[in-house]
Amino acid sequence: MLRPGCNCVMVKSRSFVFIILALCTSSIALAQSIADKGKEVYDQNCLACHQVDGSGVPMLTPSLVNAEYVQGDKVRLINVVLKGLKGVEIGGEMYDNPMPPLVHLSDEDIASVLTYVRSNFNNMAGPIKKEEVASARKAAN
Amino acid sequence: MKKISFILFAVSMALVTAFDKNRVQQAVIKLPAGFSMHLFAEDLGTARHIAVTPQGNVYVKLGKLTDGNGIVMLQDGNKDGKAEKKTSFGNFAGTGIAVKGNYLFTSSDSEVFRYTLDAKGVVTNQDNPERIVTGLVNKRQHASKSITLDNKGNIYVNIGAPSNACQEVDRTKGSKGIMPCPILDSAGGIWQFNSAKLNQSYSEGKRYVTGIRNIVGLDWNTETDQLYVMQHGRDMLFQLYPEYFDAKQSAELPSEVMFAFKQGDDGGWPYIYYDHIQKKKILAPEFGGDGKKTGGEKAVDPVVAFPGHMGPNGLLFYKGNMFPERYRNGAFVAFHGSWNRAPEKQKGYFVAFVPFKNGKPAGEWEIFADGFAGIESIDAPGQARHRPCGLAEGPDGALYVTDDVKGYVYKITYAK
Repeated sequence: MLRPGCNCVMVKSRSFVFIILALCTSSIALAQSIADKGKEVYDQNCLACHQVDGSGVPMLTPSLVNAEYVQGDKVRLINVVLKGLKGVEIGGEMYDNPMPPLVHLSDEDIASVLTYVRSNFNNMAGPIKKEEVASARKAAN
Repeated sequence: MKKISFILFAVSMALVTAFDKNRVQQAVIKLPAGFSMHLFAEDLGTARHIAVTPQGNVYVKLGKLTDGNGIVMLQDGNKDGKAEKKTSFGNFAGTGIAVKGNYLFTSSDSEVFRYTLDAKGVVTNQDNPERIVTGLVNKRQHASKSITLDNKGNIYVNIGAPSNACQEVDRTKGSKGIMPCPILDSAGGIWQFNSAKLNQSYSEGKRYVTGIRNIVGLDWNTETDQLYVMQHGRDMLFQLYPEYFDAKQSAELPSEVMFAFKQGDDGGWPYIYYDHIQKKKILAPEFGGDGKKTGGEKAVDPVVAFPGHMGPNGLLFYKGNMFPERYRNGAFVAFHGSWNRAPEKQKGYFVAFVPFKNGKPAGEWEIFADGFAGIESIDAPGQARHRPCGLAEGPDGALYVTDDVKGYVYKITYAK
C-alpha cells in the first residue's frame, strides 16, 4: 500500500494536526482506490497467466513476486504492458508463453495495475502515474 | 466431478519411500489397493518423457540441461526398485524419448536424433547420435517435440502450433482469428518421418494429421495399430471473450481430449474446440463462435474428453501382465496440472486411467495416482511440489512416472 510522505509527529498545533490527518487520510483513501482499481484490472487482464498470488507458471510465465523487472525501471515495465514481451530471459530463465500487448488499456488502468503489482506480491516499489504511462505510450508510437 | 470419486478398489495410501530433503512433509501419493510406489530416482532436474529398454534400462529426457546433459540413463541392477547407477549424456534439452528396436530416439525442440543400443540396452554412441529430422518450427510456445513410433519403421513427431487460437495477435483481446490459419502449413499437427533416414526436413516428411493445437502425450496403440494423442486445449475463453464465457466455464472448457487418429485426420484447431458438457464441437469465438454455435463437420470426434486445462503430458497404453486384467490395453494419462483455471482452483496433478476394449473406451476415466502436488487445494501451479509428466512401461509391467519439478522418477508396481 502506498502512503505518500506526511510526517504528523512533529506538529504541535491541534488544529494543524487535524488538517494534516485529514489530508493524510484522504491521500490514503485515494491510494486505496487506485490499488482497488489496480486489482480489478489485474484480475481481468493478468491473473490468468501470472496467477492469483503473482507466482506465474513454471516454464511458461514469469513470477511477479519480489521481481526486479517489476520494481526496477518504470518505463521498461510500462513498455512490457504496452508492447507485450516474449523470448526475453528473466531472472536467468526463459519462458515459453508470450505476453500479449495490452495497448487497449487506458493510461489510468495501466498506472493502476502497475501501482498495484509494484506494491503487492512482496514488491515494495513506488506508484506509477498515468502521465508516465502517457509519455511512454507517446514515445512508443 | 462425481466420476473421479468412482473407485473400484479401496484406495490405499502409499507413502513414497523418500521425501524432499528441504521440506518436512512427505509427499503422499494415493494409489488403488494392491499397488505400491517406489522412488526410482530423484533430483534429475526437469524430467520430461521416459523410455525403458527390454533389458530394463530407463532413459529420461530433460527439459533443461543438468550439468550440460539432457539425457539420463538409470539402472537398477539389484532390482530393489531404486536406480543405483546414473549416467548422463546428450548436449541438448527437450521432451521426446522412445525406444524402438536397437535404437533410442529422442528430440530437442527442433530436431530428432537416434542413438544405437547394444545387446544390453546401453547407448554406444553417447557423443555422436545420428540426426533423423532437422529444421522443425521452434518458437518457444508449444515447441516440445514429442515422438512415438509404429511397427513399420515410421516415427511420428508432434509439431505444436506456436499460438493459442491462431489470432492475428496471439492471446490478445479483440484480435480476430486468421482464416485459413497459416500456422497449419508447418505446425499444429503430427508429421510422419522415416525412422531410419538421416537429416530429413519437412519436405521429406508427411503431415500425417492436422488441426491439433499442441500434443505432449502421445502413443502408438499396438493393439489397434493406430496413433492416439492427448491434446492441450486452447486457453483464455473468459479473458478474451467475457461476453460469452464466465470464469467457471472458462476453467472447465474446452475439454482436454484424446484423439484416435488415422492418416489425413483433422482435429479441428483453431476453428473449433470440444465441449464435454454439451458433448459438441463448438465454433471458436475467434472464428464467429459464441460458446453455442457448433462447427467442425470434417473434424474427428474425440474418443475421451476430460475437463479443461489439466495439461495431459503423458499417454501410455498398458500392454503388461503385472497389473490386473482390467488395465491391459487401457490408457494411462499423466496430467501435468492446470494453470489456466485461475481464478478457480487448479486441477490435474494426477495420473488418470481409462479402461479400453478393442481400441475404444470401456468405461469412465478415473484417477489412478493422485497427490503429486503435495497440497489439497492448489491456487497456482508454482505451489505444486511435483507434476507428473512422462509415462513408460518396464519389461516387468511396472509403470514409470516422471516429475519435472524435482526430477523424481516413480515406479509403480502391483502385487496381489
